[in-house]
Amino acid sequence: MLTDVAVVTLGVLAVAAGAAVFVVDSMARATFALLASFLAAAGMLLALDLVYVAVVTALMMTIEMVVMAVFMIMFMMNPAGLMPMTMVHNVRGSVVVGAGVFAVLTTGIWTIDWPERDGRRPADATRQLGETIMGGHMLVMLVVGIALFATIISGTVLATHRGRYDRFGPELDGERPDDPVPGGLPR
Amino acid sequence: MTLEIVLTVAAALIGVGLFGALSQQSIVMVMMGLELVVNGVLLAGGAAWYFLTPALPDAQMLIVVALVVMAVEMVMGFAATIAIYRARQVDMVDMAEDLNG
Amino acid sequence: MTDSVTSSAAAWGVLPAVVVVALVAVALGALFVVVDRVAVTGVRGALGAPVVEAGRLLVQQRRVTPAPDRLLWRLASAAVLVLAMLSMAVVPVAGRTLWSTTADLVWFNAMEALMWAAVWLLGWGPNAVHSLVGGYRFLAQGLAYELPLMFALITAGLGAGTLRTTGVVAAQRELWFVVTMPAAFVVFLASAAAFAFWGPFSAPAGDDIAGGVVSELSGVERLLVEAGRAVFLGVSAAMAVALFLGGGAGPWLPDWSWQLLKTVLVMLVLVAAGRRVPTLRPDRYVEVGWMVLVPVTLVQALVVALLVLSGWYA
Repeated sequence: MLTDVAVVTLGVLAVAAGAAVFVVDSMARATFALLASFLAAAGMLLALDLVYVAVVTALMMTIEMVVMAVFMIMFMMNPAGLMPMTMVHNVRGSVVVGAGVFAVLTTGIWTIDWPERDGRRPADATRQLGETIMGGHMLVMLVVGIALFATIISGTVLATHRGRYDRFGPELDGERPDDPVPGGLPR
Repeated sequence: MTLEIVLTVAAALIGVGLFGALSQQSIVMVMMGLELVVNGVLLAGGAAWYFLTPALPDAQMLIVVALVVMAVEMVMGFAATIAIYRARQVDMVDMAEDLNG
Repeated sequence: MTDSVTSSAAAWGVLPAVVVVALVAVALGALFVVVDRVAVTGVRGALGAPVVEAGRLLVQQRRVTPAPDRLLWRLASAAVLVLAMLSMAVVPVAGRTLWSTTADLVWFNAMEALMWAAVWLLGWGPNAVHSLVGGYRFLAQGLAYELPLMFALITAGLGAGTLRTTGVVAAQRELWFVVTMPAAFVVFLASAAAFAFWGPFSAPAGDDIAGGVVSELSGVERLLVEAGRAVFLGVSAAMAVALFLGGGAGPWLPDWSWQLLKTVLVMLVLVAAGRRVPTLRPDRYVEVGWMVLVPVTLVQALVVALLVLSGWYA
């Protein structure tokens, strides 16, 4: 019963915070409203006995949202929301699509004849996940690892405008790289 | 706590996220909408594991993959934003319509 | 369920356990402040000065800045102490943690990650330039310490074969983890100083930017933030004892006294080292973090993994 109340409260909180992202003026508030939505969802996952996944969600999303905040402040014209403005297009169409998807999904959720619970919950969901990552689903993890590695490289390539010729000169014969930030290692 | 309640929350998150991703002009705000959609997917995966197939690890794997998708989406989104901003001071989707057929 | 054995909430009831663990967390924070004061100013005034300062902050008039983001600022100032308390929930006290999950180490890591949000918001909230600079400095520092810290935590979990802190303590019955994981131990302590932005990692609150993230804080909020930092450092020392120094293991004396003794020793080491090193600039530390600490902790994890495979810890 207590869990029911907690889950419903967290669910309302998650959706309300998610909606607040597009309502508030301040970009910092928008970002941290999204973080609140993630933390509420992580709380729901905790109630679903998925401790590891819930905590990892909180961990990853917190760092991601703080980095997001930096970019929000950097790219938005009105970061603190001191001069309210709206930057939206096609609001009516978006509302129709959003509400339509929600309606279709909800109709399906409440009318489908869901199957019975299949099998028993393991004593340790974390161990179940760990064993499958290193066992039956290892290929998924391998692909994910390569995808993340590719992401790191392509992200860096896209984001930086400096290459090795900028750092070591046209002949690549500079002894010390010419970097805007000196860094901490002796070179 | 039932499967339907958790899934409804997930559906609401997906709906709100879609609205945001479609209506916002700023690239960063579009990404926040997408993140909300994946947040809904996370929750749906958790519900599917708990209420339907707790003996199988597949739903948990789905959540892990969704988390990775979020990380990849954010990295590539920000990298593209920086690149396009550096090239021509554009930070709104409406100004980057070159591939619009 | 194994929970009933390892979780104090299950053993003593939720409310008493929460109260006890919160008190222990505050006591650890106070202990750290005393150890720190003794190292800096000597024994005289070590007990009095912090109490006087706390009392002064309680009655201090609140400093006001134009157009602050009050909601986020207040949230952030309360969050530091709350997060420190929450990370205490997975640190063993007398052999039990407040709540024992299958992912204790990740929980500790997540509470520390939430510090990113709290400290950046502390910088953002007052709408003042120095505190905002401090907030950004913390993020730069965070990017440097986060991965080495994660690898250090994972190494302890790897050696024990569990993410449960009580399991990690139990796995050190034969040999303390610090023997095979010295790099992880050092990185963990350094990262603890970094996420509490203390000692050599105090650039986010540096004097060169008039106190940085704490520059505009006053009164109760300042007290909460400073207390949160101290509690975080105290809790981290206790966590280091649990993860690398065998928890309460030791001859003759009871478990809790060994744990306390080791925690004080770790604090002494932390203070003695931290107060001798000058403040590091985040832009320099980032490169050290990525070029030195990440490879070192990875090799450390690899060594431990090989030891696990060879049956060293069995």
